Amino acid sequence: MTNRRNLIMGLSAMAAWTRCAGTAEAQGLPPPDLQSVVKTLVGDATPIGGRISLDLPDIAENGNTVPYSVRVESPMSDGDYVKAVHLLAPENPHPRISSFFFTPQSAKASISSRMRLAQSQEVVVYAEMSNGAIYTSKRSVKVTIGGCGG
Amino acid sequence: MSAKPRIRLPDSVTIGEIIEIKTLMAHPMETGARRNADGTLVPRLLLHTFEAKFQGKEVFRAALHTGTAANPFISFFMKVPGPGEFEFIWIEDGGGRTIERKTLKTT
Repeated sequence: MTNRRNLIMGLSAMAAWTRCAGTAEAQGLPPPDLQSVVKTLVGDATPIGGRISLDLPDIAENGNTVPYSVRVESPMSDGDYVKAVHLLAPENPHPRISSFFFTPQSAKASISSRMRLAQSQEVVVYAEMSNGAIYTSKRSVKVTIGGCGG
Repeated sequence: MSAKPRIRLPDSVTIGEIIEIKTLMAHPMETGARRNADGTLVPRLLLHTFEAKFQGKEVFRAALHTGTAANPFISFFMKVPGPGEFEFIWIEDGGGRTIERKTLKTT
């Protein structure tokens, strides 16, 4: 019973993945260059670890909608606040998920939303501080049935 | 875009309080890579921007890409400067906008 279920789930995950991979190619899109996307978002700064907590399920049953939240430690004062948070799914056909832009009035650099994941991968987050420092963090998610994460 | 967004604000707030604002907008967030049953590509149609203004001033903004799930849910925070009016704006590919206003009362 378990074996059969695993097999079926495995097959449908594979089918979903093939479908996603095929469509990106069929559209004639260039393979997304992750490095250039990262450079556009955070420039030449060297990202450092810390400050960010990224909450994601360890296992996402449905890659079409994966809930997550991000929180960045910051005083959120006029002189020291989080300007932006960028999320990337490097193994999606297109890696960008969302970017969020805060102001000191945000008071907390904290958001919740839902992402698409085409397959199991490490989700990457960058936080851009008002003084130009860049923090980064990543977290791996196992996706049972992939969403066509664009 | 004719869907009515859903926005949840706390009923009663005090000045200086940090509140969570939850928003949900019905939208397919078509990536442009999905195919119909007959094999034709469904054209890309995304909500690419969400903005929250309070008393006309931007408090929070989001740029949404293909990795954002359909029916975008976004929750964020704000420190209440006083009573006033929120303006929430969603902008779709092609420039279509949905604007929703909500009044925040303080006690």
